[in-house]
Amino acid sequence: MWQRIGAMVFKEVRQMARDPGTLAMMFFFPIMQLMIFGYAINSDPRHLPLAVEVSDNSQYSRSIVAALQNTTYFDVTQVPGGYGEGDRLVAEGKVQFLLTIPPNFARDLVRGDKPQLLLTADATDPAATGPAVAAVGEAVTYALGHDLTGPLARLVPGAGPVNLVLHKSYNPEGITSHNTVPGLLAIILSMTMVMLTAMSVTREVEQGTMENLLATPLRPIEVMIGKIVPYIVMGVVQMFVVLLFAAVVFHVPFVGSFTLLSSVTLLFIVVSLALGFTMSTVAKSQVQAMQMSMFYLMPSILLSGFAFPFRGMPWPARWLAEVLPTTHYIVLVRGIMLKGWDLSLALPQIGVLALMLAVLTFVAVRRYQDTIA
Amino acid sequence: MAETPVIDVRGLTKRFGGRTVVDHFDLKLDEGRICGFLGPNGSGKTTTLRMICGLLIPEEGEGTVLGLDLRTQRAEIKEQVGYMTQKFGLFGDLSIAENLEFMARVHGLDRRKQRVDEALEKLGLETRASQLAGKLSGGWKQRLALAAAVLHRPKILLLDEPTAGVDPLARREFWDQIHAFAREGMTVLVSTHYMDEAERCHEIAYIAYGVMLARGTVDEVIAGSGLYALTGEGHGADRLAAEIEARSGVAMAAPFGTTIHVCGPDRDALRAAVAPWQDRFHWKDSEPTLEDVFINLMRTARDNSVVVEHA
Repeated sequence: MWQRIGAMVFKEVRQMARDPGTLAMMFFFPIMQLMIFGYAINSDPRHLPLAVEVSDNSQYSRSIVAALQNTTYFDVTQVPGGYGEGDRLVAEGKVQFLLTIPPNFARDLVRGDKPQLLLTADATDPAATGPAVAAVGEAVTYALGHDLTGPLARLVPGAGPVNLVLHKSYNPEGITSHNTVPGLLAIILSMTMVMLTAMSVTREVEQGTMENLLATPLRPIEVMIGKIVPYIVMGVVQMFVVLLFAAVVFHVPFVGSFTLLSSVTLLFIVVSLALGFTMSTVAKSQVQAMQMSMFYLMPSILLSGFAFPFRGMPWPARWLAEVLPTTHYIVLVRGIMLKGWDLSLALPQIGVLALMLAVLTFVAVRRYQDTIA
Repeated sequence: MAETPVIDVRGLTKRFGGRTVVDHFDLKLDEGRICGFLGPNGSGKTTTLRMICGLLIPEEGEGTVLGLDLRTQRAEIKEQVGYMTQKFGLFGDLSIAENLEFMARVHGLDRRKQRVDEALEKLGLETRASQLAGKLSGGWKQRLALAAAVLHRPKILLLDEPTAGVDPLARREFWDQIHAFAREGMTVLVSTHYMDEAERCHEIAYIAYGVMLARGTVDEVIAGSGLYALTGEGHGADRLAAEIEARSGVAMAAPFGTTIHVCGPDRDALRAAVAPWQDRFHWKDSEPTLEDVFINLMRTARDNSVVVEHA
């Protein structure tokens, strides 16, 4: 039995090594994904273009504009001249924000009339404007606090009744890549593991080699194991590639246990392979297998909590997400890497993945035996 | 040859989704015999072969292959059977030598390298051993597939339309090799559409729509068909096929070059049917060919199946 499985594994590895697509999938694909998602996705965008329409040239106006620039969220790129030009810049998308300081701003401020300060934002993409807008209030207060001195100090708002202490745990600087890169490990593994197994098994059936394999003394289960083992190795290689990049390129902290992370990754790889295998027993062609894995990958990327916060989704989406192995694995990777989870904290999610593995293996083996007999 | 048959199956039946693909199929085959398996497309030839080599479990019926039970000892059967699938079943992205090596490993053979080298030498492919199997031409693919199927020296060889799309010379060599295997005691079951190949077999079995309709040597099958044949010669004889075939007493008429070949179940009726062209063409008695017999069987079988469906 072991010799036959060995023959299968040997054959698979030879075929994989000969196929540039598989090799690219193994190394190039994770690196490409890391570069795209790790660098390109930033949920805290800074240096957004700002147009300033000042109808009141006073030290207060200058302080406010300077303070906004100091937040690093804003760069003043335009100073519109005529009336309505500012709005046009926003409409055209040349600037993200337009700050309008009305005439007599300084006079009204000093009088205590609480003048208005208008910040127009192109809020088409809430994610792009959100953090910047949140920073405005504090910046303005801070800027005026410096200028309103002496008799004007009465205009400075006093401290609130409560002193709020904010403690941003695990990712104090709010660096997006610290969140996305561990999530990427889950996405990359989901993509390659599920798709490659689904396609590789379907390919044997489609090309007629499966019939030939099963006419030899190879047992169906031996074919299955022989197909899966090389992909487990490939998944582990991908894990190392991603972790290496996470540490060296993105400086993502790794506080938890490496052994624990490797173990849950192995579990997740096997779950994904079982899922891919199940798909291959349903799919009639490689194209169909590809489509089916896409059908799994889309929700895995969008609903698993990788791209958008899990808690922000409505209930039906969350239920769907709970069924996806990726959702649970992402929680585990982030928990172990960023929050230093130990086994006791990881156990519930591990339990869910183990349950999924049991169900999928059962279905895969059952369906597999049906298709070939 | 008095010992128990190598293949002995009775009442094999296989259904796919309510459609009976193989219906109560019986076959006995002695050691060293080559049995040709004929029948129209979709007649259940492949399914039958797959049941005999242990790939499929029959729904009904029983039997032994090499004395091993067809239902419970499929794994043991597979070890001693070589099966060449209709479609090229080896790996296109592995080299010739690697494919053979894989088969040797799967069968747990000893002296792997030596066996692979021997097989390569026999194939005449030593120099191209590292060429990818997928890049071979149809004829070479077929030779390689055969070499892979017999690498473990099986006692039974099952070939599913092995020579489809292969040139005449390669086919000749292929059949010479099959006969050489049979001389060594290998039992061969081969499905084919080619009449000349059927005639190279020791015996033939004709199945249509899952039912065995004729069985025996070529001569026995022709004699058992009860057909008579006439050949007409003369200018324009080959253009009469449709006209003659429409007449009663004629089972079929087919042009062969400039002549016309007519056959039917009754000799006198056949003579009467061609009487209108008695003077224009020269008619003479001829032997019905295997093709006549099969096409006739195929047409009758189709009729039967239609009747069954309406009943």
